[in-house]
Amino acid sequence: MEAWIRARVTLALTLFALLFFVSRSSPPLQFVISNAERRIDLSSHIINVHLTLKVENTGTRPASEVVLALTPTEVDHLAMVDALAIKGKRKKTTSVRLEVKPTELPDAPPIDAKYFTIYLADPLNSGESTTLEVLYVFTHFLEPFPAEIAQSESQLVFYHDTALILSPYHIKQQTTFIKTPSTKVESFIRVEPTKRVGTEIKYGPYEDCPPYSISPIHVHFENNSPFAVVEELVQEIEISHWGNIQVTGHYTLVHAGARHKGVFSRVDYQSRQFSNGASSFRYLLARLPARVHSVYYRDEIGNISSSHLRTNSLKSELEIEPRYPLFGGWKATFVIGYGLPLQDFLFESSDDKRYLNFTFGCPLIGMVVDKLTIKVVLPEGSTDPSPVVPFPVEHRLEL
Amino acid sequence: MAAPEASTAAVPTLYTNNTLRNAFGGVLSFFILLLIGVLAFSIRLFSVIKYESVIHEFDPYFNYRVTQFLTKKGIYEFWNWFDDRTWYPLGRVIGGTVYPGLTLTAGTIWWLLNSLNIPLSVETVCVFTAPIFSAFASWATYLLTKEVKGAGAGLTSAVLLAMVPSYISRSVAGSYDNEAVAIFALIFTFYLYLKTLNTGSLFYATLNSLAYFYMVCSWGGYTFIINLIPMHVLLCIVTGRYSSRLYIAYAPLVVLGTLLAALVPVVGFNAVMTSEHFASFLVFIIIHVVAFVYYIKGILSPKMFKVAVTLVVTVGLAVCCAVIAVLIALVASSPTKGWSGRSLSLLDPTYASKYIPIIASVSEHQPPTWPSYFMDINVLAFLVPAGIIACFLPLSDASSFVVLYIATSVYFSGVMVRLMLVLAPAACITSGIALSEAFDVLTGSIKFQLPGVTSNAEVDAGETSSDTSEAQTDEVHSVWAAAEAYSAPSIVLTTRSRDGLHVFDDFREAYAWLSHNTDVNDKVASWWDYGYQTTAMANRTVIVDNNTWNNTHIATVGTAMSSPERAAWEIFHSLDVKYVLVVFGGLIGYPSDDINKFLWMVRIGGGVFPHIKEPDYLRDGQYRIDSQATPTMLNCLMYKLSYYRFVETDGKAYDRVRRTEIGKKYFKLTHFEEVFTTHHWMVRIYKLKPLKNRIRGKAKKSKSKTSSTSSSKRSGTKKKNPWQ
Repeated sequence: MEAWIRARVTLALTLFALLFFVSRSSPPLQFVISNAERRIDLSSHIINVHLTLKVENTGTRPASEVVLALTPTEVDHLAMVDALAIKGKRKKTTSVRLEVKPTELPDAPPIDAKYFTIYLADPLNSGESTTLEVLYVFTHFLEPFPAEIAQSESQLVFYHDTALILSPYHIKQQTTFIKTPSTKVESFIRVEPTKRVGTEIKYGPYEDCPPYSISPIHVHFENNSPFAVVEELVQEIEISHWGNIQVTGHYTLVHAGARHKGVFSRVDYQSRQFSNGASSFRYLLARLPARVHSVYYRDEIGNISSSHLRTNSLKSELEIEPRYPLFGGWKATFVIGYGLPLQDFLFESSDDKRYLNFTFGCPLIGMVVDKLTIKVVLPEGSTDPSPVVPFPVEHRLEL
Repeated sequence: MAAPEASTAAVPTLYTNNTLRNAFGGVLSFFILLLIGVLAFSIRLFSVIKYESVIHEFDPYFNYRVTQFLTKKGIYEFWNWFDDRTWYPLGRVIGGTVYPGLTLTAGTIWWLLNSLNIPLSVETVCVFTAPIFSAFASWATYLLTKEVKGAGAGLTSAVLLAMVPSYISRSVAGSYDNEAVAIFALIFTFYLYLKTLNTGSLFYATLNSLAYFYMVCSWGGYTFIINLIPMHVLLCIVTGRYSSRLYIAYAPLVVLGTLLAALVPVVGFNAVMTSEHFASFLVFIIIHVVAFVYYIKGILSPKMFKVAVTLVVTVGLAVCCAVIAVLIALVASSPTKGWSGRSLSLLDPTYASKYIPIIASVSEHQPPTWPSYFMDINVLAFLVPAGIIACFLPLSDASSFVVLYIATSVYFSGVMVRLMLVLAPAACITSGIALSEAFDVLTGSIKFQLPGVTSNAEVDAGETSSDTSEAQTDEVHSVWAAAEAYSAPSIVLTTRSRDGLHVFDDFREAYAWLSHNTDVNDKVASWWDYGYQTTAMANRTVIVDNNTWNNTHIATVGTAMSSPERAAWEIFHSLDVKYVLVVFGGLIGYPSDDINKFLWMVRIGGGVFPHIKEPDYLRDGQYRIDSQATPTMLNCLMYKLSYYRFVETDGKAYDRVRRTEIGKKYFKLTHFEEVFTTHHWMVRIYKLKPLKNRIRGKAKKSKSKTSSTSSSKRSGTKKKNPWQ
C-alpha cells in the first residue's frame, strides 16, 4: 500500500554560527590606512561595530585584497562581518557589498590575531585610495560583572577592547566612539586623549599608529537591555499539497545576563517596576510574515494565554510573554506555530522545479540564536531537493 | 435537537407487524443512535472550545503521565515501572498499583492512530478519550434498556445518558480519569449479564466475563458489579425465578471473572481474599445448591423429595453453621473485618470521618447535598419513581435487575458524592423506561382516537407536548451544566469582568518555573493535592501525591505544615526537600487554597503525631487567621508561607477568601526564602535555606528571633512601653 506509506522527505539544514571557509592568500601589506573611525554600539547585548577605513595603496603594484585583523576572543564571539565599498562623494555615495573571507598570514605576526580579507571589486592602483565600511556583529561579548545580582540590582557589564584598532597596516589617524546604553558608567580606562560626553566615550584621535599596536581598555557600565538568548531553535517548515505552509518553532529561551541570586519577591517586582528586576524581561516580539494565520503559542503543558497578534497587509507582529518574567539564568521553553499561504513562498521555475523562498533565522527580535536547525518537510512525491543558502551550512537529507 | 423527538417516532414501529416498517424502524434507530453518539461526544467539547485542549484537574494528570510512559517505553516496562519521582524516599510501584484499563485504552488508541499515519499527540488522545467513551456508554445504555423494555425505551435512555450532567461532569474532554471508561464498562457488563439472562447463551456469558475483566482493569468500582449481580441472582432465587439461564449468566461470570480479575496486578489475590468479593462466592455456592435441588426435584417423586429435603436440611444446616462460624471468626480477626477503608465508609457512612480523615478530606467523598441531586440528574429525579413502577409492569428478570440497580445506587450516591456517577446510568435507564412507557400510552391513544372524535386527541397531544417539554428543560439544563459548570479544567481559571475575560494561569506558571529553573532531582514538598500535577507538569520529585497510600507520609507533611518554622525546616530537611510549594488564594479570592485545606493537615498530622493538637489551632471551634487566631496558628509554617509579605500588597493584608484582615502582618522567615510567586500569588514557592556554619551563634539568634516573633501581643506591648 504505497499510498499509505508517507514518503516524508525531510531536509534538514543546520547552521552553526561561526562556520567559515578557510582559504589562503598572499599578504598584501602594501596599504596604509589614512583615516579610521570606529563606532561601537553597546546598547544591547548584540554589539555592532561600524568601522570606516580610508585605505590608500602605497605599494607599487595594483592590489585588491585588504586584510582586517581581529583578536582571537573577538573572533570567538563574531557573528557576522560585512564590508561595503563607498563610492562617490558627499551625498552621491553608493555602496557595493564586498566579499569577505577568513585568511591566514604566512609570516608570523607579532601578536596573536586572526585575519579576514576583503576582496575589492576593482583593484586599487598605486597611490589611489578608497573608503571601506566594515560591520562587525559580536554576541555573548559583554561579561556581566558582578556575575550574580539580586532582584533589586541592575546589571553591570564589562566591555573589553583596545583603544587602538588592531590592524596589519599603519594607521595615520584613528578615532573610536563607544556608545553606552545609559550615562551610568562605573569605570573606563583612559587612553589620552579620551573624552566622555553623555552616553558616548571618545578615544582619540590618535596619530600614526604602527601596525599591530594595541592599547587594552575596558568599559564597565550598566546595561539592562534584555539578554535574551535562544539556546536552541528547531524550526520545522512543512509544505502541504493543500496550499499551506505550517511553520513550527521550538524555542529554548534563556536569560544570558548576570545570574539571578537569592529571592524573587513578587511584591517587589509588582510594586517597584523600575528599580526592581531591571535586567529581567517579560515581553518578546516576533515579526512574522504577512497573511499569517492560525498562530499558536504554547509549551509542553498547554497554551500560554499571554500573547497578542497584530496583523496588517505588510507584516504581522506577535507579542508574546513567557509564563514568568525571566531573570538572569532562568530558562523557558515554548513553541510558536503558524500557517502561511503557500503561494507567497513557493515559486515555479520554467524547468519544472519549485523553489521555496524562506527567510533563514529566528522571527524574534533582538535575539541571539546559538543553535539553529531548520527542517523543511517536503510533500509526498518530491524528488531531488537541494538547498541554496547564501552562507555555508551543514545540511543533510532524511527519508 | 431532533434526537429525543425522533426517538418517539421510532416507538410505534415496534407495534406494527409490517416487515417494511420494522426495517424502516431499524434504520431509523441506527441513525438515531449515531446522532446520540455525536451528541454525547460533542456536548463534552465545551471545555476544549472555551478553554483549550488540556488535561483537567489532578488525577487525570497522573493518568496522562502513565500513558506517556506507556507509549514511550512499552507495555513490559510499564508493568515493571517503579516510580521514584513520587512518595520520596519510598517511591511507588506504578505497574502494580494502578488500574491499567484507562491507560491501556488510550495507549491502544494512540498506537492505532499512529500506525494509520494519523500523528496525534498522546495528550490529544487522552483529552478525547472520555467523550469517545461516553458515546460508547450511551450505545451500551441503549442495548441494556433494549434488553429490559425494548428499543424505544433504549433510545430514550441512551439520549438521557448522553446528556446527564452527572456523567458529563466526569467525562468532559480533558477529564482523563478512570471513570471515563469505567462507566461504559459498567453499563456494558450489565448489558451482557442481562443479555445472557435473557438468552441463556454461553457465548454472551463469556463476553460478560471479558467485559467484567475490562471493568476490573479500569476502576475500583468493579466491586459494585461483583456485589450487585450476586444480589440480583439471590433475589431471583428467593422470588422463585431460578432458571438455567440464570445459572449460565452467573456461574461462568464468577469463575472466569474472578480468574481474570486476579490477573490485574492491582487486584491480584484480593479477588479471592477481601470481603468485597465474598458475597459473590456465597451466592455461587447457593446457586449450586439450588441447581442441585431443582435437579433432584426433577428425578425424584414428590414424596421421596420431601424425605430428601428433611435429610439434607438437617445435615446441611449443621455443616453450614460450622463453615459460617469459621468464616466469621476469620473475618472478625482482621481489624477492618477484611474490608478496605473506602468500602467500609460506604457501608457505614460515619466510618471515614471517625477513623480515616484522609478519606474524609477528599471533597468527592463527602455525602452530597440535595441541590446536587437536582444539579446532577435534574428531572430524572422525578422520572425515576415512574420508571420503577414501569419496571414492575410486568416484572421480568431483567427489569428486576434495573430496580435493584437503582435502589442500591441511590443508597451509594447518598453516601459519597462521587458515586452519583453510578446512579446516573441507573436513573437514565429507569427514566428512559418511564418516558418511553408514557409516550407509548399517549401516542397509542392518539392512534386509537384518530378515526373518532378529534377533540380528545388534542388533550392527549397537549400531554405529549408537556412530556417533550419536560425533556427539553432537561436538555437545556444539561447543555448549561456541560458548558458552564463542568467544563473548567481547574488548572486554568477565568473570570469575566468589565474589561473582558481574565485568565488566571498561575498553576502552570509555577509548574513551568519549577521545571525549567530548578535541578531535575530537587524534591518539592506540597500538600498532596498538587502531587500528581507537580510530577506530571513540573517533572519534579514530590513527597506525597493524590494516591494517598501512605497515611504516615502524608501526616509527616501535614505536621511540617502545621509546625513552627524551625521544626518544619527539620522535617523537610530530613526528607531532602529543597522547595516547598503552597497555594494561596487570599489575593484574588481563590477559595480552595491551602489555608482552607489546613484543617485536614492538622487532623491528618495530629492523627499520627500526637504533639499536633487540633484545639491549639482553634478559637471558638473555628480555624481563624484574623486577630483572634491562636499563637500556634499564627506561627505555623502554612500561615507564614501563605502570608509572607502579603501586607505589602494592599497595606492592610485583607484576605479575600476569609474576608478578614490577617492576624499577624509583619514577620520574617528565618529558615525559608521566597524564590517564586506567581502573577496572582496563587502559587508561592519557597526554598529551604541551608544551615549556617556558625552553629552556636545561630542557635542563639534563632531562639531570640522566634521568641520575638512568637507573639504579636508582645510587639504590641513594646510599642506601648518602649522603656521597659
